[in-house]
Formats: sequence, structure tokens, C-alpha cells
Amino acid sequence: MVNVHVNGKEQTFDGDPSMPLLWYLRDELGLTGTKFGCGVALCGACTVHLNGEAIRSCGIAMSDVAGKSVVTIEGLDPKGEHPVQVAWRNISVPQCGYCQAGQIMQAAALLAHSPAPTDKQIDDAMFGNICRCGCYQRIHTAVRAASKGA
Amino acid sequence: MTYQRNQQNVTLANVSRRRLLKGVAGTGVFVLAAQFPAVRSAMAYATGAEKMPHGVVTNPHIFVSIGKDGIVTIVAHRAEMGNGAARTSLPMIVADELDADWARVRVVQSPGDEETYGNQDTDGSRSVRHFIQPMRQVGAGARQMLETAAAKRWGVNVNEVQARLHEVVHTPSGKKLGYGDLAADAAALPAPALDTLRLKQPSAFRYIGKGNVMIVDLFDITTGKATYGQDVMLPGLMFAVVARPPVVQGKVASYDASATMKVPGVVKVVAIDGTPPPAAFAPLGGIAVIAKSTWAALKGREALKIVWDDGPNASFDSVSYKAMLEEAVRKPGKLERNEGDVDAALGSAAKVITAEYYSPHLAHATMEPPAATARMTNGKLEIWTSVQSPGGARDDVAKRLGLDAKNVTLHCTLLGGGFGRKSKWDFAIEAALLTKAMDGAPVKVVWTREDDIQHGFYHTVTAERIEAGLDKDNKVVAWRHRSAAPSLFANFMPDPKYPQFIELGMGFVDTPFNVPNIRLESGEAQSHVRVGWFRSVNNVAHAWAIQSFVAEIANQLGRDPKDFLLELIGPARIVAAPEKATTPWWDYGEPYDVYPVDTGRLRKVTELVAEKANWGRKLPPGHGLGIAAHRSFVSYIATVVEVAVDAKGNLSVPRVDTAIDCGFYVNPERIRSQIEGAAVMGLSLAKYGEITLKNGRVEQSNFNDYPVVRHDESPTVTNTHIVENSIDVPSSGVGEPGVPPFTPALCNAIFAATGKRIRRLPIGGQLA
Repeated sequence: MVNVHVNGKEQTFDGDPSMPLLWYLRDELGLTGTKFGCGVALCGACTVHLNGEAIRSCGIAMSDVAGKSVVTIEGLDPKGEHPVQVAWRNISVPQCGYCQAGQIMQAAALLAHSPAPTDKQIDDAMFGNICRCGCYQRIHTAVRAASKGA
Repeated sequence: MTYQRNQQNVTLANVSRRRLLKGVAGTGVFVLAAQFPAVRSAMAYATGAEKMPHGVVTNPHIFVSIGKDGIVTIVAHRAEMGNGAARTSLPMIVADELDADWARVRVVQSPGDEETYGNQDTDGSRSVRHFIQPMRQVGAGARQMLETAAAKRWGVNVNEVQARLHEVVHTPSGKKLGYGDLAADAAALPAPALDTLRLKQPSAFRYIGKGNVMIVDLFDITTGKATYGQDVMLPGLMFAVVARPPVVQGKVASYDASATMKVPGVVKVVAIDGTPPPAAFAPLGGIAVIAKSTWAALKGREALKIVWDDGPNASFDSVSYKAMLEEAVRKPGKLERNEGDVDAALGSAAKVITAEYYSPHLAHATMEPPAATARMTNGKLEIWTSVQSPGGARDDVAKRLGLDAKNVTLHCTLLGGGFGRKSKWDFAIEAALLTKAMDGAPVKVVWTREDDIQHGFYHTVTAERIEAGLDKDNKVVAWRHRSAAPSLFANFMPDPKYPQFIELGMGFVDTPFNVPNIRLESGEAQSHVRVGWFRSVNNVAHAWAIQSFVAEIANQLGRDPKDFLLELIGPARIVAAPEKATTPWWDYGEPYDVYPVDTGRLRKVTELVAEKANWGRKLPPGHGLGIAAHRSFVSYIATVVEVAVDAKGNLSVPRVDTAIDCGFYVNPERIRSQIEGAAVMGLSLAKYGEITLKNGRVEQSNFNDYPVVRHDESPTVTNTHIVENSIDVPSSGVGEPGVPPFTPALCNAIFAATGKRIRRLPIGGQLA
């Protein structure tokens, strides 16, 4: 039995404790904003916040999230108006959009820790999030726009 | 605003077909539904749209519905994979002609149904090119229906009323009625005949050409609400993964699922039959594991014990295949185009320059791996999936299951990337077969990244050899180019063993150079894997080889690469290649008189990008500039890349400039995003992209061994320079044409920076 807070709500899971958080969020809770991209923590599409840190939900088992707090893209801001989300829209970042929830969660965690990151810090933080459409320049611009250094 | 009858003469081509159509709108919405003529209209200019399956439909009743509240709902009938054309640009064209307030426009996705909506094959950079005219007619027709309804209501002549931003105004009195007030009356009217349509003057456009409309899914994408094929959830949904034969045309010899059935959550194991070649988009076959969660299905698949019969491709090996392709281009091949006498010209040339280029298989690696969900109720099948060709997929699924296509509904979700992979709907057929095996219970087939990398339809592998003969004045007098690549036609017919007209038409037989002796030949290449179109298709290899070679000659002659490229393109002219090519001339499916090869336009983008990039600008040590120009998908693009290569051979791209002439442009904001993305995709394939096979098996599996460009290595700045054209210049492709010139411009820049010439892709460690 695993108890976990997801987007502020307590949830109980009694299935296979080795199941990655990703599949619990998607298949059990229907929180499909968290995307499946690679399954082995190489692409960042499944990025969520675990106790405030950006993590790859495909790479962490349910047993390891017990008692912890998970925030997904659906829970980032009640109105979808987190500064990163607003910047993403102002800059018109997405193409297909599939990786963008992961990108946004990664950027939000970066800015929570480093409100005014350097270009190098943005590069380092966003390195793990692949965008096959190639929206990187706009992602970079949007992270900068959402930062205190903007 | 005033509307004037468009000067172009629009005539009614075919009113013989009459059909009753259902609307698409929801509750409380008056659907413009009536009997109407199904129109295959004559347009201001002809395009290949008419020859596509099911052509175009221009009836407003099909595409537009208006609610009492004034909300205008526009149907997007093509698939949205990220370029914004299907769900934003095309509805925006309708809204503009309708003079609708974009804030009160909603977009709904049509199901797969080409009989109703016209061609839905979202591929070949065709959406705006084929549908700008039909969507203008849809919008104008709907607008005139609203005007007619208002005139009737007021009892005035229709000439006295005008639609103006979501209202119809009686000009003499200033009376107004909102679109919502008129919707019911308008819906009862027949669609206006095409020859009565009054299209807007371009100066009156609100959205077309402005770049002021954001993509319709922007909010949902940024809040996690956007639904892709992988995301479909249904009550009682089960999840499936499939163990597919590791070698194409391989089969299951035997299998043991006893351990699988012990995995908690596993419900059923189902064998899927493969299809002998030519298999088109039929599933590869294999063993499916159906479970209560994706995780249980994955664990169940791991526990399968399968003995494979690898079949005829069991010994296929990329290393020896590369050698065969290279052999094939070192000897005379199949003649594809011949002008003058190349042998004689090479024989008497003062100097002959030769180079060979090799580019490997690539996987699309869309961020969303393929997925499809299906359920069956009372003999009716429903599918939700992310496919580029929803109509074609529906029909093929119906055929495989022996159902009437009327009993198959295909809901097209957003596509998490397409790039050509999702034109092939094998995953949709898998889902349909599995729901059938589960007596109709809903099943979602999930492809993992490994499934995607190892069971794709790969970008073809190509060997190229080019020889140029120069006279004593260093003019190029002979050009012999041989190209060998397995053909994607082997999916559809017995392996032709040579590239076919479509593949040859992509930057090979349409070579636009001003050289008196040209001989183009293809080499034999058998197919051993599933080859499929990948963004820009054969243009990628052809443009890379040709444009690299041009820079190689320029270097040997000590000429400026840009000046030499322009000299080779020659004076502005229409290339009369159709008579000179021995293969059937294929111009992206377009009528050649409308979309000819115009070297003036190729020159113009080359000159424009050189000017905008400040070609020849002073650069820091270790930096270099490269240029390339290429026509593809009937658009003209030239790119200048600046690279920096450090002492360890690390490559970075500080700046890219691209000039594009895509005819009359509709959505410059999305054109820029496509060009930015094309640079990243070009950089990925140049730096890293390579799928290899050994013992018939793909050796790569995920982003660890099939890397793509990441955030920190992206070009820092991409400047897009869009050529202004009037609406009389036919719109042309945008999604694909940005890729082909990028790679040679990059490699030419690397040469400028380092003196190293890349003749084999990917670059990998060649700069170290």
C-alpha cells in the first residue's frame, strides 16, 4: 500500500510497488498531461515535481514516492497561469506540444530554485528534455521571459 | 471594408453529385446542413489536390456551423502534427473569408472520412498548398449565406448588406445582426455556387499573412489537457504492448506465454499475423500482451518466451549493404535523365572532380511513440489514434477487419510529432485486431520508444557519386550523378530495386543547374527493411550530396561558394526538364505549368539569404559559414549556417539564416517555427542520425544510442526571411523544405571552419 499526494490530493495505491509513477499517473489516475516518451529517463517528457524537485516519473517506482508530494502539469497552477505557462504562450513555444508539459515542469522547477538563471544554467537544467520538433530556441526564450532576470 | 468580386474567374466544375451530409456540431448549434452539390471546383490556379484521393470539398455546410451564441465552429479535416496547418492555419483561412472574430471561433477535428471532407493525407507539405483555395471558398460561401439570410430578414437587396467582423450590417441604415442571430436562417440556405462567390481582396485579410493568430491548442498544450494518441482513456480500457519480429518478414516459430499469464494484471495474450510483402502498412505481426495497465503489459511482454523464424532478411547487415550501395554508384546505372553527352564531355574535360557521399537510415523518433485505442460495439469499430492520414487509416482498418468503412469511426487525436512515421498506420490496425480479439473491449496499443526505434519505416539509406567536368575556363561542362537507395515502393509492390519517380523527383532529376551535359543514373538497391518517407524524404540525401559537391568544386577552384552556386544555377529561367528526363516527371504531384522549376526564385532566395546573413562576414577563429540552396515541395529555400568547432572537435551552431519562398504565405508565425525546427532536425540527423542493422536487427533502441539534438546544442539563433509574394503566386510547402538545405550548409560551414569535408553522415566523431 502506497500513500501519495498528487496535486494536493491524497491517493492510495495497492498495486505493484515497482510500477513507475508515470504509469500510475497516466493509467490509474488518468493524468495524461504527463507524457510517455522513452521510459528510461532519457527524454524528460514525463517530468513532474516530487517534493518540489523535477524528476522523471518513468524512472521512479511507486514504492519510492510513498508519503511524498507529486505535482503534475495539471496541478502546476489552478488556472494554468504559472509564469512559465504564460511565457510559453506569449512566446508561442510549442509545435506538436507533446514534450511541452515536461519542459514546463522542468523550467518551473529551475526557476523555483534559480529565479534568475544564466544561459548556461538554463542549458544545464533543460538538457534532459528533448523536443523533436526543435522548439529549443523558443523554450530558452520563454524560460528567460519567465525568470526574474527577464 | 468592402468586398470585391475576385478578378479570378471561378467556375463551377462539377455539380453532378448530390449527397446528404451530417453536421459535426454539438448541442445548441444550428448546423448548416442541407442537400447541396458536392463541388470539385475549378480554382484560380490548378493544384494536385484534385488528383489526391477524394480531392477537395468546398461546401460550407461541411466545414462551418454557427451557434445561437455566435460561436463559429470550423472543422479541421487534416491531422495536426505540430506545424499548425491543420488546426490553425486552414481554419484561420475560413475565418478570414467569413470575416469572423477569431476569439469567437472554435475548431473541431473531423473523423477520418474523405468522402465527406476531401483528402486528409497530411503529408508532402500539402495542407496550405492544396487547401488555401478551397478553405477561402468555404469561408466566402458561409459569409454569403449569412448575408443572404440578413437581407431576407430585413427584406432588402443583398447588395445592401455586408458581413463585417461577426456581424452583418445593412449599409444604408446601419442596422446590424450578429452571426448567431442569423445562424439558423443561414443554415437553411443552399451553399452558394462557386461562380457566385466574392472572395476578399488580400488587402482586407485580417489573419491571412499576418501571423497574429496563435495555435488553437496552445492553452491545452501548456496545461496538459491536449490529448494525443497515447493519452486516450476509456471506461474499462485495457493496455497492450506487442512483441514484434526483430527482423522484417520474420515470424513467430513458437512461443510460451505461461510466465506472462502469471504476471498480475495480464489479461490475455494474442498472436497477430504478419503480412507477406508487399505489406504496405500492415502490422509486422508478433505476440500481443493485453493487461490492466501499461506496466503490467510491459512486464508480461518481458516474460514471453518466443522463438523467432527470422526469414529472408536474417543476414541483412548495414556494413556490407553500404559497400554494395557504393559499388552500385561506381558503375553505370539506370538512366534517369540525359542531356548532351556526359561521357564525351568528361573525357575531354580539362579537369574532373569526383566525390561520393553516404547517408544512413534514420528513424523518425516522434516524441509521441505510436499508439492507438480501439473498441467495438455491435459490429461498429471506433478508433482513436494519432495518424497523418485519418481517412486512409480508417479505410485500411476496415479492410483488414472485413468491415464496411461506414462501420468504422476513426477519431484523429493530436499527433505528438509525425515527420512521416504516422502516415503509416500499422499501430491502428494492431489496436483494431486486439479489440476484436477481446470481443470489442477497449484496448490501447502502446508502442515504447524501443518499439518505435526498432520497428519503424526508416528514412532510406543512400550512396551518391557525383563527377563534374570542367573546361579550361573552369566552367562546369559535365555533371554525372549516380544515386542508389532502397525504394519505399517495396512497401506497395514487388521490390522495384531502383528508386521510383517520386523518389527521383525529390532533388535528383529536377537538378536545376545550367550545365550542357547532364547524366543522372540510379543504382540497384534491394529493400530489406521497411523504408518510409521521413520529413523531406529523398531530398535530404540529394541536397546534401549536391550542395556539398558544389562547395567542393568552388573550393578547388578558389571561388566563393555563394557566387559559384549562383553561377551553376545560371540565369533566371524555367527549367524545361520534363522533356529531358527519361523517368516520368514528378513535380510533387503538382501541374508543372503552375509549379515549374524556376531558377530565378532559387537565385532570389540564395541572394536574399546571403544578404541577410551578411555572407562573408568576419568570424572569430574556429567559425565558418556555409551556404546551400534547394527547391523541394515546390518551395525554394536557401540557408546559411555559421558553425564553431573547438580544438576538441565540438560543434556548435551560433546562427542560422534561412530564406524561404513558399509562394503566397498564410501563417508567417508558423513558417518561422517550421524553419527553426527544421534546423534542429537537420542538425540532429547530421550530427547523430544513424540506424544500422546487423543480422537483420536494428542495433539502436532509445535516445541513448539514437541521440537527437538537445537544448544546449540547438542553434542559438535562427533567422527566417520569408519572400513576399502576391496571392497570385501559388502557395507551396513549408513543413519539409527547411530540412534539405540545412545539412549541406552545415557541412560547408564545417569545411570553412576546419578544412574537414564530411562525406559520410552522421558527422559523429569525424571532427575530433
